[in-house]
Amino acid sequence: MAVELKSWRELPIGGVIPGGATPELNKTGSWRSQRPIIDLEKCIQCLMCWLHCPDNSILIKDQKITGVDYDHCKGCGACAAVCPVKAIEMVPERGGA
Amino acid sequence: MKKVMTGHKAVAEAMRQIEPDVVAVYPITPQSEIAEYYAQYVADGIVHTELVPVESEHSAMSACVGAAAAGARVMTATASQGLALMIEILYIAASMRLPIVMALANRALSGPINIHCDHSDAYLARDSGAVQIFAESAQEAYDYMIMAQKLAEHKKVRLPVIVNLDGFTLTHSAQVVEPLEDAQVKEFVGEYEPIYPLLDVDNPSTWGPFAMPDYYFELKRAQQAAMEAVPEVFLSVQEEYAKLSGRPYKGLFEPYKLEDAERVLVVMGSTAGTAKVAVDELRAKGEKVGLLKVWLWRPFPREEIASALEGAKVVAVLDRAFSFGNMGALYLDITSALMHRERRPIVVNYIYGLGGRDTSTEQLMQVLQEIKDAQPGEGLRYLGLRE
Repeated sequence: MAVELKSWRELPIGGVIPGGATPELNKTGSWRSQRPIIDLEKCIQCLMCWLHCPDNSILIKDQKITGVDYDHCKGCGACAAVCPVKAIEMVPERGGA
Repeated sequence: MKKVMTGHKAVAEAMRQIEPDVVAVYPITPQSEIAEYYAQYVADGIVHTELVPVESEHSAMSACVGAAAAGARVMTATASQGLALMIEILYIAASMRLPIVMALANRALSGPINIHCDHSDAYLARDSGAVQIFAESAQEAYDYMIMAQKLAEHKKVRLPVIVNLDGFTLTHSAQVVEPLEDAQVKEFVGEYEPIYPLLDVDNPSTWGPFAMPDYYFELKRAQQAAMEAVPEVFLSVQEEYAKLSGRPYKGLFEPYKLEDAERVLVVMGSTAGTAKVAVDELRAKGEKVGLLKVWLWRPFPREEIASALEGAKVVAVLDRAFSFGNMGALYLDITSALMHRERRPIVVNYIYGLGGRDTSTEQLMQVLQEIKDAQPGEGLRYLGLRE
């Protein structure tokens, strides 16, 4: 996607971005070397992975885990490490995110 | 009303009158009495500032950055090694365009460990993006602390400002200072209007984001533009302050008997006071000598200074710190400013006063005499050094 780059005169003071939640606009999962795969059959919905994820990348709906946000997951493996029933497997990435 | 006070006390008084929202300081060595006085004002309920005593100077500047981004008016003070530890975050404060005002009691950087005056700490911050002003006296330190607030917060500027005052010579010796009334200072600095304050939770903003090769350069260019805006704002703030105080602040530097001077000293800080006496003594003997005292060092007013110096025969630039491996930093500023002029004086460079070494009137008179024979392109000279 071609992005039009702004001149220095057009930038907000100090590089401030007026507005919050900028990660929603940027996919930051591209440097992941391994990805968590959740086996929802094994998952007991304890939400430990959701609680520990440093990138807010465990997706939930109606208080139930539904999957992983791979656009932002960095593949740190914290979720797999804390899962009490070993329902999360870390799988090496092959190719792009 | 005139009072007798140390430079430290004068700066603390200016801070008390400004009454910033937040003062973050590291409370022990190499901190100055500025923080001690201010902590007393807070403890006594004289000011309603949030005083944040942190565990290091790195944290002091970090707390200043956080508070300033939140939307607070912020001040701090430090000296020598303390500034060295702040440096990493000072660059960030400048890049985030946060108008933090800081008093810097100029003291030599280690090693060897010293504590006395020179300008090596200020020179360390030379390229940080902070504005730097040098005071000659406790009165100037007081006045420039108040002017610095207005300069830093001007919407074209929004940069940290360092007010330099010579350690011990100014900070610990008592001088006559005439402060303004509290209400005058409050009115002069006015209400601070932060831009994108983080505490404005209805309008969230993202501070300090990552900037890759596609934007880093543009953001640094914008920072340079803020620096370029400083001289004009500096002059207008001076003009307003001169009216208020009745003191003659006019110009990016102070010329002293410079008009027809053939031999000129250029200095920063308290040595300017000694230099004025040296100039007076030689003028009394009919010698055409003068002084250029730098007030605004960063940004460096190169065209104005070049115009003031180009008519001289010889200029002696005095640097109170090494820039190891080259001539002194102030000398480089002056010579590069003169480079493009048709008329160029011979410029010589003295390193002087390191680690609190005294500089006397007689020595400065000697400099003004001995530079008669100066040659172009000389290496460093040393003032008051045992060879």
